[in-house]
Amino acid sequence: MGAAPFEVTGNEPMLLTVDSLVKHYGGLCVTDHVNLSVAQGEIHALIGPNGAGKTTLINQITGAVASDSGRIYLSGQEVTTWSMAKRARAGMSRSYQINALVASFSALENVLLAVQAGRGHNFHFFKPVMQEQQMVQAAHAFLDRVGFGDDRSQRVAALAYGQQRLVEVAMAMATHPRLLLLDEPMAGLGPTESERMIELLDSLRADYGMLLVEHDMQAVFALADRISVLVYGQVLLCDTPANVRVSELVREAYLGDEDLQ
Amino acid sequence: MADSITASATVPIPERVDRRVWVAVFLMLLFALVPLYAWLADDVYVLTYFGRMLIFALAAVGLNLILGFGAMASLGHAMYFGFGAYTVGILSTWGFTNGWLHLSVALVVTVLIAIPVGWIALRTRGMAFIMITLAFAQLFFYVFVSLRAFGGDEGLSLTELSGFGALTGNKYAIYLSLLLTLVLVLWFTHRLVKSRFGLVLRASRHNEPRLNALGTASQPYRLVAYVFSAQICAVAGFFMANLTGFVSPSLMSWLISAEFMVMVLLGGMGTVFGPVIGAAGLLLIEDGLKTVTEHWPLILGPLIVLAVIWLRQGLWGLMAPSGGKAASSADQGDH
Repeated sequence: MGAAPFEVTGNEPMLLTVDSLVKHYGGLCVTDHVNLSVAQGEIHALIGPNGAGKTTLINQITGAVASDSGRIYLSGQEVTTWSMAKRARAGMSRSYQINALVASFSALENVLLAVQAGRGHNFHFFKPVMQEQQMVQAAHAFLDRVGFGDDRSQRVAALAYGQQRLVEVAMAMATHPRLLLLDEPMAGLGPTESERMIELLDSLRADYGMLLVEHDMQAVFALADRISVLVYGQVLLCDTPANVRVSELVREAYLGDEDLQ
Repeated sequence: MADSITASATVPIPERVDRRVWVAVFLMLLFALVPLYAWLADDVYVLTYFGRMLIFALAAVGLNLILGFGAMASLGHAMYFGFGAYTVGILSTWGFTNGWLHLSVALVVTVLIAIPVGWIALRTRGMAFIMITLAFAQLFFYVFVSLRAFGGDEGLSLTELSGFGALTGNKYAIYLSLLLTLVLVLWFTHRLVKSRFGLVLRASRHNEPRLNALGTASQPYRLVAYVFSAQICAVAGFFMANLTGFVSPSLMSWLISAEFMVMVLLGGMGTVFGPVIGAAGLLLIEDGLKTVTEHWPLILGPLIVLAVIWLRQGLWGLMAPSGGKAASSADQGDH
């Protein structure tokens, strides 16, 4: 698993452990024996140039894409062969790089969908979901937590992009996961919105382990406990932000001088 | 009808009083007045005419549950319509005339067939789903064509209808129970699409991967919706046999499946009441054109194409206060 500068307490298994994961698309190896771990309370950032395989890796971890070989563990439990829904119920949750909301639903309905997913089966045919007081209140609480405003009953398709982004994160949180896989939560946000998103993610760090895929280096260095650098499907380096910042290897492969002051 | 939604929620959802609710109530009242007219004018035929309309409306409401709210375009729902009708035909031929027995057997048979058919068909999407549902319907169509004992392709005139004591075969009783059934099914649909189940079903229409990523495997919900939908069509078929006293394989032909689908499209996909408007509209237009020319399909075809292109939410959407653009409210449906 390589050096783990993040302090691991006792012998508890990591929240997420990815062991030698592989994925080929035809002759192209998009995930090349990737090892990775996320501890409870840790924000582990995954950076790398476009096409490095970051989103594919997230898709493999969540089960949206089947892996060719390797193993995935959630709190020590192997989940490699589990379906996407089963992994989600076991405590994995993700947000999408491109908003994947139900466009015709309101923000409240979108979050409700996530809230009810975390509360047993949905074979309740007769009672309007809006009359499920506990669930509605929980959904409002998640929207409050991400700082979403008052347009909660309007179709999300009609909302500003930044607002949709907040709904995206609220949905990821609302299934009561232990592990959040955030695929570029800052993508498309303006500077002030990015600031708020960074504050939000920082405020969530106590409650979740996070794997944060992000291009915004300011956000990555502000938030990450550890950074893994993915290049051509391989983890080039996994280290603390301070060490990644000064690494010649990373500088050459990816960052470019202008990104680091 | 105005549910006291989100009583204590921090942001109340604004209650729109949709004028279409009154359209729906008015139309159902008109249907309720038909028996009165039939009685006064001593004209039982109008009961058969409008009863047929209600039957198609019922079946279209059933199909809409999966087509409109779950984006499952089944071109095989006439199969369940036929099961409902043939249950009456076959059981009364064998001497079982109890109406409740007919209805129960129709529902049980439908469930037993809809589960495996749906389970297979729902592994596909889009065109493949249409083709698989069509294939199953055609399979059963030819099974019934070859059943000589029950009339084969010529069909079967019923010697006895479903027995309900003194009401057996009474056209007024059949019509009124049909109307009541339609109202109950509409009410059920209205509640269903707003329930937890309905939220999942409607989400599966738009964004199934997200639903799975949230931990809600969509397939069981889609299958249950499919079975509900099939059962509503079977009930419609049960009424069809009793109203006309005749069953034939033509009830199961793909043309009937297509007619259900057109009714849903014309009335308004994914709206609770739209299919009723669609069914009444299509049958009235058909009959109107038939009086004008024998080449009526030549006119009907283009009319439907134009309606589907222009009216994205069907006739029901056309009547929306904001002129058919209210996709969200239409998606919720109002009854």
